[in-house]
Amino acid sequence: MKVLIPTPLRQYTGKQASVEVAARTVGEMLGKLTTQYPDLRKHLFGDDGKLRRFVNVYVNDEDIRYLENGNTPLRENDTVSIVPSVAGGRQWLVASWATFYPLTLFTIH
Amino acid sequence: MVVHHSPPATTLTNDEVLRYSRHLIMPEVGMVGQQKLKAARVLCIGAGGLGSPLALYLAAAGVGTLGLVDFDVVDLTNLQRQIIHSVNDIGRPKLDSAAERLGAINPFVNVRKFETRLSSANALEIFREFDIIADGTDNFPTRYLVNDACVLSGKPNVYASIFRFEGQASVFATAQGPCYRCLYPEPPPPGLVPSCAEGGVLGILPGLLGVIQATEVIKLILGSGEPLIGRLLLVDALGMRFRELRLRKNEDCPACGANPTIHQLIDYNQFCGIRGEEAPVTANVPEIQPAELKARLDHGDDVFILDVREPHEYQICNLGGHLIPLGDLPARMNELDSSHEIVAHCRSGVRSAKAVTLLRQAGFAKVKNLAGGILAWSDKVDPSLPKY
Repeated sequence: MKVLIPTPLRQYTGKQASVEVAARTVGEMLGKLTTQYPDLRKHLFGDDGKLRRFVNVYVNDEDIRYLENGNTPLRENDTVSIVPSVAGGRQWLVASWATFYPLTLFTIH
Repeated sequence: MVVHHSPPATTLTNDEVLRYSRHLIMPEVGMVGQQKLKAARVLCIGAGGLGSPLALYLAAAGVGTLGLVDFDVVDLTNLQRQIIHSVNDIGRPKLDSAAERLGAINPFVNVRKFETRLSSANALEIFREFDIIADGTDNFPTRYLVNDACVLSGKPNVYASIFRFEGQASVFATAQGPCYRCLYPEPPPPGLVPSCAEGGVLGILPGLLGVIQATEVIKLILGSGEPLIGRLLLVDALGMRFRELRLRKNEDCPACGANPTIHQLIDYNQFCGIRGEEAPVTANVPEIQPAELKARLDHGDDVFILDVREPHEYQICNLGGHLIPLGDLPARMNELDSSHEIVAHCRSGVRSAKAVTLLRQAGFAKVKNLAGGILAWSDKVDPSLPKY
């Protein structure tokens, strides 16, 4: 099935807007996706291994929280969307290298 | 319907009848609808990218009372998308500029200016005088503040947000519908959101999304059509695709669920993990001032210039340095000679400060940060270099 990658996360998927992944459940799909693109993992999952609360995953138009979360079954023609929250306008910074370095917050005008 | 009007004292003058004639002759608006618009009181949070088209269309449509909250002044970089402001307004408060423009479009609109930063201390008081809130802000603390204040005061939150060439829109905090916290219970930690290298926004995008917000506001006022309640509209301007996702009210939502735990506004900076005055990232990083670097280069000293910006920024202006974007630096340190004297720079000196820290940790002893980046170079050494 097709996984739609939102703009802010495309830097971790080789700039691809969508990725084809074969999987039977949402959990398996996310596992395969983050194996293929390891830098995505930190952005999708917290240290507790759970999906982060500012990242939502939809199968077609339905939120997996109202389906069966990671156990939600997937069929071949399903489209999975990853939809993170976005504040808009001036962004809080930092950074693509958040994955390997401790962070300090600052703003840009 | 979700809108709580003050009792309408809203007969239209003959001038207004003529002005709104294209509304009045369509049954979906008509005289009754136009009177509802005139009686309506809409608060726009932010007079920037989203707020510009939003306020312009609401004023043109005849919304009787239009509140604006903003504390910023107009600058040149705003004009690429904030179409309510003009060149002559640069340096003026955005509120003054916006109010003047709105008055020029429709003098029948009562524009109310709130020149302040929306906060937990003032939000409920400001919201009290309005029926609908339209959130056109640009940061997570204000997003959650607007949402909670809307839930607490029972007023719909017409929402849009933008990033580069994608946007999201919805209507939150109606009596039956979900709120922003139902969608996103928590904000991202500050470190996980995009950097200036990946930021930016296509100028027309806030236009698209701001007009969608205006449309939703007007539908709520008229009580017609299908509002974006319980739906998240995703707009991809590059693909020109509009998709929608189903949103549900979360019974466990701390703001609008069955047993809410948020009974008053909280400290939203703290909630979003923002800890006030943080030590600047450039602190404790060895620096070189632009004038000193210029003198060293003029003297013929062998200084290696490392540019850690993105390739598209290099095309705007550069110092002829070797380009390795900050994100690529760990993998590309082998391109650098640790025995060499290196000066790293970026746009303003923040990314390059991190580059210097990284390089020093990797054993590069002779690396310094160009203080203030290419912006300071333009200010202090070479004014012909464009700033961005």
